[in-house]
Amino acid sequence: MIPLSHFLILSALLFSVAVAGIFINRKNMIVLLMCIELMLLAVNMNFVAFSRFLDDTDGQVFVFFILTVAAAEAAIGLAILVVLFRNRRTINVDAISEMKG
Amino acid sequence: MNIESIFQAVFSEAGVFYVCGGVLLVAAIMVITLRNPVHAALSLVLCFFASAGVWILLEAEFLGIVLVLVYVGAVMVLFLFVVMMLDINIAEVREGFVRALPVGVVVAGLMAVSLIVVVGAKRFGFESFGPPIKAAAGHSNTAEIGRTLFGKYLFPFEIAAVILLVAIVVAITLTLRKRPDTKYQNPARQVQVRRDDRVRLVDIPSESKKGGAP
Repeated sequence: MIPLSHFLILSALLFSVAVAGIFINRKNMIVLLMCIELMLLAVNMNFVAFSRFLDDTDGQVFVFFILTVAAAEAAIGLAILVVLFRNRRTINVDAISEMKG
Repeated sequence: MNIESIFQAVFSEAGVFYVCGGVLLVAAIMVITLRNPVHAALSLVLCFFASAGVWILLEAEFLGIVLVLVYVGAVMVLFLFVVMMLDINIAEVREGFVRALPVGVVVAGLMAVSLIVVVGAKRFGFESFGPPIKAAAGHSNTAEIGRTLFGKYLFPFEIAAVILLVAIVVAITLTLRKRPDTKYQNPARQVQVRRDDRVRLVDIPSESKKGGAP
């Protein structure tokens, strides 16, 4: 049997890899979106593991909702990316500076 | 150690966990380091497969299959489609990669260490969370999720449907563009048109040729 802590450590490592990805790929918007997907995957793994060890299905329902929102986010993010590329011919995050954020 | 014992070790519960977890972490590192975005997206597909394995090990069969079908089948295909459609200048977006590498590794390492200290075996081991009960034979994870989803969480489920609808509308409105030089039909005008707009009857008196044949 594998204790709960092993699953939590796996998802913590996955989340850290995704954070490192956001740091080192600051200019590449596609890889940034992929890193967000990885983070959501780590969170989902926590939900599934706790749902199993607490014997409660609600955690899995939450994963279902997170998957829904993540799919919507990916679709909208990629649509924005396509519009950006059409106007700028680049996906460099530094090129988006009109709003001086 | 003969082949049979290796086989048994890999297909035991711990073996599946460590193989899937290792593949998951290696594929995640490949996602963030590979030069080519297409290869990164394909590594992300491998990540989803490996974590589907871990989820099925956790007896969340429905979510494991949904992850493969929805994520690998739809979301990642969308990613690959966009990556291949855009003509990305890799040299430009890779600029600053090496410079940011130490910062990223240090921050991620500190984060991983602090998270592991919190979620380590001391608080989340078998002493606090006992080994879970195996589901009985014939137990359906899908039916259980269905009962919870359409009972207790019916209203959030409807909201999730609205969110997906909003995503469809937003994605289409953002990427839709009018091309002035393309020819297109206007169905409203096609329906409105009357016979008199198109056909003009002209009354021409008939002429008879002299000694003409029929």
